[in-house]
Amino acid sequence: MINRFLKGLACVALMITTSSCVHLKEYQKTRLNDSEMTLSNRKVEKNELNFESYREAASGANAGKTGGGCGCN
Amino acid sequence: MKKIYLSVIGFTIICRLSAYSQLRHDSVAGKPVSLYTPVEQHDSSAYSARRLRVDEVDFVSSYYTQTGNHSPVTGGIGSEQVTDIANGLDLKLVWLNNALNKNTLSVGFGFDYHTAASQAFVSQSGASKTGGTRVYPSLDWTVENSKKGTSFGIGTYYSGEYNYKSLGADLHFSAKTADRMGEFSAKLQGYFDQVTLIYPSEFIPQTTTVTTGGTTIITTASGNTISSNGQTISHHASIPSTPRDTYSASLSYSQIISPRLQIMLLGDVVAQSGYLGLPFHRVFFSNGKDTIEKLPSSRFKLPVGLRANYFVGDNLILRAYYRYYTDDWGIHSNTAGIEVPYKITPFFSISPFYRYYDQTAARYFAPYEAHSPNDQFYTSNYEYAKFQSQFFGVGFRVAPPAGVFGWQNLHELEIRYGHYSQTTNLVSDVVSLSLGFK
Repeated sequence: MINRFLKGLACVALMITTSSCVHLKEYQKTRLNDSEMTLSNRKVEKNELNFESYREAASGANAGKTGGGCGCN
Repeated sequence: MKKIYLSVIGFTIICRLSAYSQLRHDSVAGKPVSLYTPVEQHDSSAYSARRLRVDEVDFVSSYYTQTGNHSPVTGGIGSEQVTDIANGLDLKLVWLNNALNKNTLSVGFGFDYHTAASQAFVSQSGASKTGGTRVYPSLDWTVENSKKGTSFGIGTYYSGEYNYKSLGADLHFSAKTADRMGEFSAKLQGYFDQVTLIYPSEFIPQTTTVTTGGTTIITTASGNTISSNGQTISHHASIPSTPRDTYSASLSYSQIISPRLQIMLLGDVVAQSGYLGLPFHRVFFSNGKDTIEKLPSSRFKLPVGLRANYFVGDNLILRAYYRYYTDDWGIHSNTAGIEVPYKITPFFSISPFYRYYDQTAARYFAPYEAHSPNDQFYTSNYEYAKFQSQFFGVGFRVAPPAGVFGWQNLHELEIRYGHYSQTTNLVSDVVSLSLGFK
């Protein structure tokens, strides 16, 4: 399982490193700068992330909180 | 599996080729020869006002309702009916310092009110209070150097509930790559929590009587302290608490792949120690006797994730997310999500979404009356059971240049509804509203 996971991670790393030489001018970033393209959670998702972290054992790696607060009701 | 690896490598090559095909590299050799020396011009359009100003105010409100029949308060059986109203307000203040670095002060305040049917059964008779509140203020200060492409910040956070208090602090740093196509971020967090030891009523003595200097002090089952004349002198003063500490390091790296594609790698390393169970969660053993859940005093979590956003055509965007999670309690989990915002107009979009989640059970979990009395650790909290869940719904976003409903200050409005279901029979619905003011 860990072996498969590491292979997958290596593929992703390869994808990033081989593509990192791409350089865009500012005018070529119009689509990337669109508010729907941000690489973060939506503000409106804030409380959804809370209830997911309380109802499920897994949490983290989503730019959210990784501790604090009980939410045990 | 080989096919998947070959597909990823193929996709990488296509990304590179498409990037080169869309870009024309500037070349000095291609420019005509001229004796004219262009006058160097300084960009005077940069914002240089230094005074403090309110940059943005965000308000998020949610209504959450849940049903289920595996409450941990009653040992993995019983109602999980919950309703929760959560409200959060974030104020962002911005100013420039003497070095013309952008300073951002974010002040947040949240207030939740919930009712939970299972809370009634903290007392065996079912007479405990079912409602409760949570307040959670936060403060963050970030300094951004736009010339270097770096930022540094500190933050603090508090959460207070009747039975749980949490104090957190963090340091965060980010740096863009030299070509501004990638960005590395790191965040170190510490949470220092106190769990109030409220046990189910059958596990605490009904009354404790102490006589000191002629005054009789009685501590009741609910924790109230009463003096000999019958007057409550200290509310819940005698209920002790115990610590739970959480330390985490969150790392991320984002990279622009092409004019339409950008991705982000995320990873956290989380270590917890202290009292990691909850004192009012019952466990019923196979012999019919019950006790309080018991979990190890440490936990190590390792989640890693990948986000990829791709702009298809002129109106359609694909937002994809995957996370793999593992911890030393024996839980492995996969989370995969896709959201497809479609721009009906440049200022109005509709976004259906779907999220799949699965997890294996913690090695300390067993359902009602399935634990052996000889087990070292035990819980019947279905958060640690094996299950799959699905979450789907739709969101609407409006952000017209003239303001929402013509109100210039209200620059963005989002409404989102989601339906969540677990294979444990837990079902919930959540509707959220977000308003952004400038």
